[in-house]
Amino acid sequence: MGFEKFGQISFTAQSKVGDDFVDYLEKGELRGTKCTKCGTTFFPPCAECSNCLSEEMEWIKIEGTGNLISFTEVNYGPTGFENDVPYILALVDFDGVKVFGRFSKDVSTEKLAVGASAKAETVTYEDGQVGYQFLPA
Amino acid sequence: MSKDVAIIGVGQSAFVRGYEGSIRELAFEAYSEAMKDAGITSKDIEASVIGSAPEYDKQRSPSGLMAEYLGLNPQPTFNVESVCSSSTTGLWLAYSMIKAGLYDPVVVLGFQKMSEITSADSQERMGRGADIMWESPFGTMMPAYYAMHAQGHFARYGTTEEDLALIRVKATSYGKINEKAVYRKELTVEQCLESAVVASPLKVFDCCANADGSSCMILASADKAKEISSKPVYVLGIGSGTASLTMTGRNTLYGLDCAKVAAKEAYEMAGLTPQDIDVAEVHDCFTIAEMMAYENLGFAEPGKGAELIRNRETYIGGKIPVNVDGGLLSKGHPIGATGGSQVRTIVLQLRGEAGDMQVPGAEIGLVHNIGGVGIYGNVIILGR
Repeated sequence: MGFEKFGQISFTAQSKVGDDFVDYLEKGELRGTKCTKCGTTFFPPCAECSNCLSEEMEWIKIEGTGNLISFTEVNYGPTGFENDVPYILALVDFDGVKVFGRFSKDVSTEKLAVGASAKAETVTYEDGQVGYQFLPA
Repeated sequence: MSKDVAIIGVGQSAFVRGYEGSIRELAFEAYSEAMKDAGITSKDIEASVIGSAPEYDKQRSPSGLMAEYLGLNPQPTFNVESVCSSSTTGLWLAYSMIKAGLYDPVVVLGFQKMSEITSADSQERMGRGADIMWESPFGTMMPAYYAMHAQGHFARYGTTEEDLALIRVKATSYGKINEKAVYRKELTVEQCLESAVVASPLKVFDCCANADGSSCMILASADKAKEISSKPVYVLGIGSGTASLTMTGRNTLYGLDCAKVAAKEAYEMAGLTPQDIDVAEVHDCFTIAEMMAYENLGFAEPGKGAELIRNRETYIGGKIPVNVDGGLLSKGHPIGATGGSQVRTIVLQLRGEAGDMQVPGAEIGLVHNIGGVGIYGNVIILGR
């Protein structure tokens, strides 16, 4: 499957990294990329390295516990997300690799604070779309 | 200090909800005011720069339309877009063209008729000003991104929801006396705090008012400005910067790096410091954005922005009056027109023509205009 399977609503279907990224999600793995020449890591994953211009990338696992940089609970969703609210958007730092996403629906903001620990897990939505979400750790 | 390029005319339409006319007619309002202000006609203009965020326009390539409607054929016209900072990016382009000796004078026109689409559609399109591959699929929108910056600022510096409400209260006190503002009502801190939460901790009244509007600036070389105008206002410094569009590339979520880069460049070019600024227009698309601007522009030390508003230092009579025209919060935020409107406010301030909103004796002014969630930052320092 292609990248149109990523997230609640995908706005683009084609990307050099999209198919592999979705395949990994379906296997339960959240992955970014790392340049095999200069070692720069990327999340979101990139097919090319802006640091050394290499196109030789490898997939790296994003796992373990991260640090919650910030979050917000959204009460009014944009078009396509109106019935999805409330949901919590967040940015989590996994040892220098930052990941943007949502917290699991059953997490309340009262349990969250900037600087708290969080982890990521892959998720399959009711309509078959795949993605990842955060949980307090 | 550079005094090579001047602003010789400014204009702005009223910022309104649901403008009852076409975009060409909306643009004409600001254009006509600026041209009359400069005392010239379309045949005197050598090039035009048109700024708008095109996702709101049904018309494709609006610069062609505007050049025709405003009588600016056959001179060259350029379309620029940097979301909410499009018209100061236009100013940057006009400034560069004049400095290069290519065209002189140059008109910069910004416009946006946001009411052509619904508010939800508008949020969705603004959200797509962020990364559509990796962030939009989660249901992002502008208030949410700025809310994450507010949460980050609160956690790092102890800023509170009340501090943000104070910024909105200030905006409403000036929006009330600005005839061109869309939001003319005054609000109390309590009303701000009781308004519905859009994206925590930001509430309805932490968000700027969407509006339809247009703005116009006419720029000329110093020599030409002296020929044409009795009251030129000079561009003393100009700076521009960027930061990653994707939040994962940001160093912090409690300030905007693009603004810091732009400010440093503008201050250095002008040979001035934050203490030299008498009046400022900052990009307060949300209350937290004004708070971060205080710090990113050096009006307050990092983390001390809240003290400025608590002590009313950003009101007229304070140390550094900010957004004394109501700002984006109350004057309104028609994306493509906003930067030009900010510049107009400062030009009027420096000419002593700001009426009830006048900062007495203002000689040096600053404009801070941000595109997207801190993707693009433009800072312009103006002086007589």
